[in-house]
Amino acid sequence: MNIDEANTTAVNRMMEARPILKAVATARDVIPGMKVNLFLHAGPPIEWARMSGPLKGAIIGAMLFEGVAASEAEATSMVERGEVEFDSCHHHGAVGPMAGVTSASMKVYVVENAEHGNKSFSNLNEGYGKVLRYGAYSDEVLKKLHWMNDVLGVALADALAASNGIDMRALMSEALHMGDEGHNRNKAGSLLYLRLIAPLIAKTMKDNAAMAEVLQFIGDNALSVLNPVMAACKAMTDAAHGVEGSTIVTTMARNGTDFGIRVSGLGERQWFTAPAEIPVGLFFSGFTQDDANPDIGDSAITETAGIGGFAMATAPAIVTFVGGTPKDAMNATLEMYEITFAESKFFTMPSLDFRGTPTGIDLRKVVELGITPRINTGIAHKNAGVGQVGAGLVRPPLGIFEQALLAYAEKYRL
Amino acid sequence: MTVVKWNVRAGAYYDSVVLMQLQRGLLGLPGVLDAGVVMATPANRDLLAANNLLPEVVTANPDDLLIVVKAESDASADDAIGKVDELLARRKSSTVSQDFRPRSLSAAVKQLPEANWVLISVPGRYAAGVAREALELNKHVFLYSDNVSLEDEIALKKAARDKGLLVMGPDCGTAIINGIGLGFANRVRRGSIGVVGASGTGTQAVTAHIHELGGGISHAIGTGGRDLKSDVGAITAHQALDALARDDETKVIVLISKPPSPDVATNLISAAQGTGKPVVIYFIGYPPPARKIGNLQFAISLSEAAEIAVNSNWELVSGQELPITNYYLRGLFSGGTLAYETLLGLQSFLSPIYSNAPITNYQLLEDPLHSKAHTIIDLGDEFFMVGRLHPMIDNDLRIRRMKQEAADPEVGMILFDVVLGEGSHLDPAGELVPVIKEIRDSRLEIEFVAMVIGTDDDPQNLQSQVSQLQDAGVTVFRTAAEAVEYISLRFSASKKNEFTHVNLDQLKQPLAAINVGLESFYDSLISQGAQAVHVEWKPPASGNEKMAALLARMKSKS
Repeated sequence: MNIDEANTTAVNRMMEARPILKAVATARDVIPGMKVNLFLHAGPPIEWARMSGPLKGAIIGAMLFEGVAASEAEATSMVERGEVEFDSCHHHGAVGPMAGVTSASMKVYVVENAEHGNKSFSNLNEGYGKVLRYGAYSDEVLKKLHWMNDVLGVALADALAASNGIDMRALMSEALHMGDEGHNRNKAGSLLYLRLIAPLIAKTMKDNAAMAEVLQFIGDNALSVLNPVMAACKAMTDAAHGVEGSTIVTTMARNGTDFGIRVSGLGERQWFTAPAEIPVGLFFSGFTQDDANPDIGDSAITETAGIGGFAMATAPAIVTFVGGTPKDAMNATLEMYEITFAESKFFTMPSLDFRGTPTGIDLRKVVELGITPRINTGIAHKNAGVGQVGAGLVRPPLGIFEQALLAYAEKYRL
Repeated sequence: MTVVKWNVRAGAYYDSVVLMQLQRGLLGLPGVLDAGVVMATPANRDLLAANNLLPEVVTANPDDLLIVVKAESDASADDAIGKVDELLARRKSSTVSQDFRPRSLSAAVKQLPEANWVLISVPGRYAAGVAREALELNKHVFLYSDNVSLEDEIALKKAARDKGLLVMGPDCGTAIINGIGLGFANRVRRGSIGVVGASGTGTQAVTAHIHELGGGISHAIGTGGRDLKSDVGAITAHQALDALARDDETKVIVLISKPPSPDVATNLISAAQGTGKPVVIYFIGYPPPARKIGNLQFAISLSEAAEIAVNSNWELVSGQELPITNYYLRGLFSGGTLAYETLLGLQSFLSPIYSNAPITNYQLLEDPLHSKAHTIIDLGDEFFMVGRLHPMIDNDLRIRRMKQEAADPEVGMILFDVVLGEGSHLDPAGELVPVIKEIRDSRLEIEFVAMVIGTDDDPQNLQSQVSQLQDAGVTVFRTAAEAVEYISLRFSASKKNEFTHVNLDQLKQPLAAINVGLESFYDSLISQGAQAVHVEWKPPASGNEKMAALLARMKSKS
């Protein structure tokens, strides 16, 4: 076995994956193993008792949305009686931002990797304010979720059905040349998405008033494309998983309590976890660092695939997250080259002479240099339902990479 | 009353400049009388102890950051220790927007792909690893670090030689490449004198003096102090000599070392002869064979080496015939001092060489009756004198020994002296020539060299003695020094260098380098106008030895 060769295979599979946004469909119809009373969540698997406020809130909200419980109290007691199941989105080919809670009747994006054939899924983005993904479950939140499922979701499903799909890799590459890094900033990507989807919606939707609402919703939300982008990254990283001998990290995900990673050459369900850090960043007025929940969400899949915090050099508009100057943004990306195995063939950055983004986190380099991946992230309030309080930077605990290295040594008898 | 408090931070590596700033910051705090902030190496611990800043109970490893504060009170000391992080952070905030500093060599290479040189000054036990990485990236190495094992040095130098790369060091203090000083180097003008130095301060002294005398340096290549020991075999010095020999800008070469191993010295001197350029040699403490032999001049001090190099317009002599490389010399002397002087001269060129009258013990020929390898025999030695006349009077012993040597198929040259004067044999040439002719009838390839000592007033007739010998094909000299010069050239190993040549273009390009370790070396490169990148180096796996060992095992799998 040759580690570098294995990593070359893994990283090439990651880069050459061709994620195409094919459809929007109901979760239970498309997500493998999805069923009533199963609630998928972001990050590594976790039991109810250890879940953080935002994740608990999102699960209660999803139970209310599904109609399996009529109230918070009922939902909580059902959970405590063991009547519902939880599992990591990642065990089902899915990803979701923040709490990432996905339930059986929710509409989800379906992304297909045209190169290797694997599929991935992500729920629809709710926009800002009080939203389920930050643990809110008021009537207002549930009403919006129903509209998204019944109007927005159907419109997107019909529109995509009338197309050959949307090439997400091309969309992401273009957005990186327009000031997005693909994680915290998706303004350009969302507009590109709107440009591609709007004619299809116009073609398929009959009700003009509803169409206006749908287009307005997609256009207003600078995070509209985040979920398909995450699904695309998931399709890419899943394609890189399971390469014998590879030390490439194929998952980084947080559930609000733990940070977890998985590694290509190690087990499918072999997570290495440690308590998630609290992100450091800039806070919306009225909130402070003290309000922040520990790191949460599957969106670190973007960094795993070589964009997001790794592509900071191309997103000068959000440099305040990393210290304030474009040079700091440049340095952030240069630092990530230290721990990655390759440079992307498809995601390039004009500010670095079109150098490819740092791609394929190499466990060996992280441990050797003691440099952990940078993750750009939204920051959730620690209490359920308050919502996003800021955005900033977080890094996974170094210990989980050391754990993974030890497990690798054990598996491969080093 | 004074209080001493300390804080040990395991595995926290900081550049010394940072630590000095921290130390100064601590000293500025109220109530602090003294402070020491060091990586807890034995040397640094001694330093602290000397300043009464190292309570006996303190335990810390060389990789640990040790902070010691002496203050007027407990409170002041605690307060100072508590401010350490703040003081460290203060420096960071002022450097937030600086250029990216890579953490690994591979990232540095991407940042400065034109760099051909890597300067390494990390703690010794990590240095070989960094050097290996540099060689894998096809970079020349300037290895300032000491405490690198001999095995590592040999392995690194062999690997480098195979790739045509130089490993200057370990423990190499000085080099000047294409006008840019690496490590500790003086600012000297560029010129035509190349230096190969196994001694850092020696190289500094010579290059500085050359500059003072109006000369200049093409390149000064350091080798590290152990390069000229037998185990290493002067790998770097040979490469450096070869490079300077091929470099058009280098007209003269100076070779400096502390005492080399004799076998290594011999090979290196032969290589120096083979350069075809004037070479000034100063091996401190090593007996020079002569002042000047062919293209070589032997200096007796660093300053004299510089002086000779600057005034090096001497005429080069070279052996015209093909050298007799694969054969041995046998010298059969009647005069003890002549034998001794010849041995002294030739020991720098011929190896191994033996004698019944050795200069050093390992040259002793155990059985005077049987020569081996190169041999110088004093036939006037007591051993041969029992019941015999002295060989200056009686040629019998020498004739028989001459025949014995000629019967040895490995012998290519027979050297002998002819000492004329009162009391000596009246026609030594007349007795020796028939034997020489007889030998040359069967073995024409054996060359005869004679040194004839005498005057034209001597009873034997000097001129006739010389003519008889010359007519028989003997090469005749009148002094041992001339004979030594001639013989050394005849045996000079114009052996082809068997290694991959160092690429001269890389020496001639504007110097660009990657610095790993002491930041001051980086600053000095920049201030000399060289392109450089500084690697923010830390011990692998932050000093976690278990992880580092695991990573090392993984490297062998990739």
